[in-house]
Amino acid sequence: MASLSFSSSVSSSTPFLRPSAFFLKPRSISRLPLVRAKIREIFMPALSSTMTEGKIVSWVKSEGDVLSKGEAVVVVESDKADMDVETFYDGILAAIVVNDGETAPVGAPIGLLAETEDEIAEAKAKAAAQSSSAPSATAPKVEESAPVATKVEAPAPAVAAAPATPGKVVATPYAKKLAKQRKVDINKLVGTGQFGRITPEDVEKAAGITPAPKANVVAPAAPAASAATSAASPAKATTSFPEIPGSNVVPFTTMQAAVSKNMVESLSVPTFRVGYPISTDALDALYEKVKPKGVTMTALLAKAAAMALVQHPVVNATCKDGKSFTYNSSINIAVAVAINGGLITPVLQDADKLDLYLLSQKWKELVEKARAKQLQPQEYSSGTFTLSNLGMFGVDRFDAILPPGQGAIMAVGASKPTVVADKDGFFSVKNKMLVNVTADHRVIYGADLAAFLQTFSKIIENPESLTM
Amino acid sequence: MQSAISLSLSSPSPIARSGVANTGNACWPMPRSLRFCGLRREAFDSAASFDAASLRFVRLNLQPKHSSLSKVSAVLKGNGAPSSSGFDYDLVIIGAGVGGHGAALHAVEQGLKTAIIEGDVVGGTCVNRGCVPSKALLAVSGRMRELQNEHHMKSFGLQVAAAGYDRQGVADHANNLASKIRSNLTNSLKALGVDILTGVGTILGPQKLKYGKGDSGDKIITAKDIIIATGSVPLVPKGIEVDGKTVITSDHALKLEFVPDWIAIVGSGYIGLEFSDVYTALGCEVTFIEALDQLMPGFDPEIGKLAQRVLINPRKIDSYTGVFASKQDGKPVQIELIDAKTKEPKDTLEVDAALIATGRAPFTKGLGLENINVQTQRGFVPVDERMRVIDANGKLVPHLYCIGDANGKMMLAHAASAQGISVVEQVTGKDHVLNHLSIPAACFTHPEISMVGLTEPQAREKAQKEGFEVSVAKTSFKANTKALAENEGEGMAKLIYRPDNGEILGVHIFGLHAADLIHEASNAIAMGTRIQDIKFAVHAHPTLSEVLDELFKSAKVKVSASSAVAEPVPV
Repeated sequence: MASLSFSSSVSSSTPFLRPSAFFLKPRSISRLPLVRAKIREIFMPALSSTMTEGKIVSWVKSEGDVLSKGEAVVVVESDKADMDVETFYDGILAAIVVNDGETAPVGAPIGLLAETEDEIAEAKAKAAAQSSSAPSATAPKVEESAPVATKVEAPAPAVAAAPATPGKVVATPYAKKLAKQRKVDINKLVGTGQFGRITPEDVEKAAGITPAPKANVVAPAAPAASAATSAASPAKATTSFPEIPGSNVVPFTTMQAAVSKNMVESLSVPTFRVGYPISTDALDALYEKVKPKGVTMTALLAKAAAMALVQHPVVNATCKDGKSFTYNSSINIAVAVAINGGLITPVLQDADKLDLYLLSQKWKELVEKARAKQLQPQEYSSGTFTLSNLGMFGVDRFDAILPPGQGAIMAVGASKPTVVADKDGFFSVKNKMLVNVTADHRVIYGADLAAFLQTFSKIIENPESLTM
Repeated sequence: MQSAISLSLSSPSPIARSGVANTGNACWPMPRSLRFCGLRREAFDSAASFDAASLRFVRLNLQPKHSSLSKVSAVLKGNGAPSSSGFDYDLVIIGAGVGGHGAALHAVEQGLKTAIIEGDVVGGTCVNRGCVPSKALLAVSGRMRELQNEHHMKSFGLQVAAAGYDRQGVADHANNLASKIRSNLTNSLKALGVDILTGVGTILGPQKLKYGKGDSGDKIITAKDIIIATGSVPLVPKGIEVDGKTVITSDHALKLEFVPDWIAIVGSGYIGLEFSDVYTALGCEVTFIEALDQLMPGFDPEIGKLAQRVLINPRKIDSYTGVFASKQDGKPVQIELIDAKTKEPKDTLEVDAALIATGRAPFTKGLGLENINVQTQRGFVPVDERMRVIDANGKLVPHLYCIGDANGKMMLAHAASAQGISVVEQVTGKDHVLNHLSIPAACFTHPEISMVGLTEPQAREKAQKEGFEVSVAKTSFKANTKALAENEGEGMAKLIYRPDNGEILGVHIFGLHAADLIHEASNAIAMGTRIQDIKFAVHAHPTLSEVLDELFKSAKVKVSASSAVAEPVPV
C-alpha cells in the first residue's frame, strides 16, 4: 500500500494528460452576441503520449442527462487501456457527436456540453454541422476508400430502375451500423443484396475490408480482394505482396496498431548496440534468498539498472528535438510485458528510490492492472529507460528496438553456465548472462554506454547493495 | 493471484458442505447422522422413539394419505352432489390456460367440485403460443450466441468450429416442448378429477352457463361460482394485415416456419425483445419499430438503457422510435412509418418479414357478458381488486370473477394463476387480496431482465404523493464471482426502497439468470420482509444470488433489524 504514494509523484517530464483532463474549452460565441451561451466541446482526451486517436467504448451518459463535475461521462479505449473519462464542468450533455464504437482523433470534439437547457437546441445544431463535416476532416482513411465508393457511383441509375426501390437507398440494419463505424457514405453505394439492398458485405467492400474468408474461397476472388485491400491501405509497399489463397486477414487491435506505429517511428532514430557478459552467480544466490519475500527477477534487474542509471544520468536522458539533451529528473524503468496479443510497458517509477520489496510489490500490482486493462497513463508511458527480458525462454541474446522518446533499452538474455578462465589461468564454470543495450547515438555515445554497463555489471556481480 | 484464488475457494467449502449435510438429513434421514436425529427428536417429542428409518416412512406416507383424504372429501361433498345444493358444480372456470389451471388445482385442494371449459387446447397462450415455446427458441438462441461468440469462447480457452443450425430442428424443439407441457397440464387436471368440458363457454345468466360448439347440441350447466379466464390474443393495430407468412404475430413466429434475412419487429416490449434475441442469434437482421419515444418502454429507465447497450446496440439491430407502422404488403414487405405525433408519413421500410408484437388484446368475445349486463372496456372485463366482475352500473356481479389477461390487470401467466388462487380462497370463505406489486416479471433475453414492484420513476411519484423518502441501491454483476467465472459480468441489480422503514418498493435485475434471481425480492415483498431483516439471510458462495445479497446489504436503512430474525437454533 505504501507504494501508492509513488503514483502521485508523476514525473514532471510526462507529456500526456490525466484522463480526467477532459478538455472542455468554452467556445467563443462571437457570432451570436446576444446570447451569452456557454457551450463547451467535449474533446477526445489524450490518454497516453502515443495516443493519436481513441475509440468510444460507450457513453455512460446519454443526450439530455445532467452532468456534474467529476462524474464519469464516457468510456474511451486508448491504445493501451479502457478508461472512464469524467467532466470538469457541470452542465447538460446536449449532443453526442461521436457515437459508441466510433473513433475520433485526439482533440476532436466528441460531444457538446450545454450549461442550461436553453442552449441544447443550439448545441444540437452545432453537433449536426460538426458531424456532417467530420468524416472528411477526422478520418483520412475515408479518402482512401473514396475512389472505391465513387467508382461504383456510375451504375446508380440501375438501382433507380429497379421497381422495388424508387430512388431510395435501402440498407440493412447491420450494413448501416458498419457504414457508420467505417465512415462509409451509404448513399454512394450500390446494393448487391436482394431487391438491390445494401448488405454488410457491400459496406465492407467499400471500406476496403476483406470479408472473413469462408471455408472454401474460390481462387479467382482472391486477386480482387487484394486489390480492394491495397486501395484502402495507405502503405505503398504492401501492394506487391502476392495473395496466398486461404490466408486470414486480422486487423490490428488498437494496442497492436500503437506498437506498429511506434516501431516504424523508431526507424528515424540512429541507434547502436553494446553487449556485455555479466556473471550472475551472486545475483542468483541473492534471488534464492529474497524470492520467498516476493521479490522477482524483474524487480532485481530493474533495481540494478536504476542504481546504475543514477551514476550515468546521460543514459537516462532523451533526445526530443535532435538539438538538445533532456535529462530526466526521475528514473522510471519501463518493463516490456507481453499480454494477450499485445505488448505493454508498465513503468516502475523512481525505481532508484524504492527498496527491492516495495518495487516487487509495485510490479505485481502493475502486472495485474495491465492484464485487467486498467493501467493509468502515467503507469505505462512515463518510462525513461526500458528493460526487456527474454531470458526465461532460454534466449541467450537479442536485440531490442529503442522505443521513441527514450534514450536506451536493455535486452537481457538467459543466464547460462559458462567456462571462464580467470586472470591466473584457472578455469571455472560460472553463470553468465548477456545484456545488450540499444541506445540513441545522438545523446548516448559508445563510451557512455560501456561505462554504464560496467557499473551495471558490478552491481549485478556484487548485488548486496540491491537489498539496501 | 494464486493464493487469492485458493483462499476464496477453500473458505466457502466448509459452509457449503455443512449446508448440504443439513438438507440431506432433513429429506433422507440416514442412520449415520444420529446427531441430527437427536435434534429432530427435541422438535417433535412424540417422535422420540422413531428411529431414522421409521421417520422416513411416516413422512413418505403422509403425502399420499393427505391427497387421498382431500379427494375423498371432494367426492363426499361433490361429484353429483356439490356442496351447495342445486348446482351442477361448485366452480366452473372458462378457459384452461395457466390461470384456469392454477385456479382448478387450488379449488380441488379446497374440496370444490370443479369443471373447466376449453374451446381450443388445454394450456392456453402460455403453453401453446407464448412463454413455453418461446423459451425453447430462446434456449437455442442462447446457445447459438455463446457458440458464435468467438471472443467469449476464447476467453474460456475453448475452440469451437462455426456453429450452424437446422431450422426444422429448432422449430421441432419448440413444438415438442409445448405438447409435452400441454399433456402434463391435461394429465394433472384429469388426475385431480377436474371435469374438462370441450367447447365455447357462454354465460347465460347468474350462475348459469352453456358450453359446446354454439349449436343446438350445447349443454347448460349451473355453478355456484364462475371464473372467466379466457386470456388474450395478439393485438394487431389498425391498418396492419396479418397474412401469417411474411406479416406475422408471435403465434406464427413461434412455429419458426421460416427465418427471414431481415425482419421488422413492431413493438419493443417483452415479446419484441425476446424475438429480437432469437432472430439475431439465428443470423437475421432486425429493425425495431416503436410507437413511443424510446425503446423498451415499461422497463425501469436505467435498466432499459443498460439493456439497450447490451441487447440492441452491439447486435444487428436498428430502430425507429416515435412511429407507427402501417400498410404492409408485397414482397419485399413494405412498411409505411407514420410519425406518432403528427400522423404524417415519415419513411418507408422494405423488409423480408414483419412481426407484430404490439401487445395482446383480451379474448372476451362470445362470453355472453351482455346477458348479465357487463360491458367490456377495450375488450377487458372490469373487475375490482378481488377479481369480482363489475357490471355496467358499477355494481359487483355476484359469483362471477375474471382473472388473467381477460381483466388486463397484469398480463402475465403467473399473475393469472395467482389471481385464480386468490378467487378460490374467497369463494371458500377466506378473504384474500392479491398484492400485484409482489408479482415478478421477466424477459428471457441473453442476459435476462427481471423486475418486481415499482420502477424508479413510479416510486418517486408515489413518494412525492405520500410524502416519504426513496433511496436506490445498485450492485453490479462485475463484482460477482460466479458471474465472472461464467465470463458474464455484464449486468446490474437495482433496489428501490424506503430508507425510513426498510420497505422494498421495487427490484430490477439485468444480468445472467436475472429471471431466477428475482424471486428472493418478490418473496420478500409478498411476505412484507424488510431490508434490515433480509440482509442477515445467508447466501451460498459463490452464487449469482450474492448479487441480491450485496444489494440488500448496500441499502442504507435508518432502522435496525426488527427483532431476532428467527428462533436461534443451536448447532
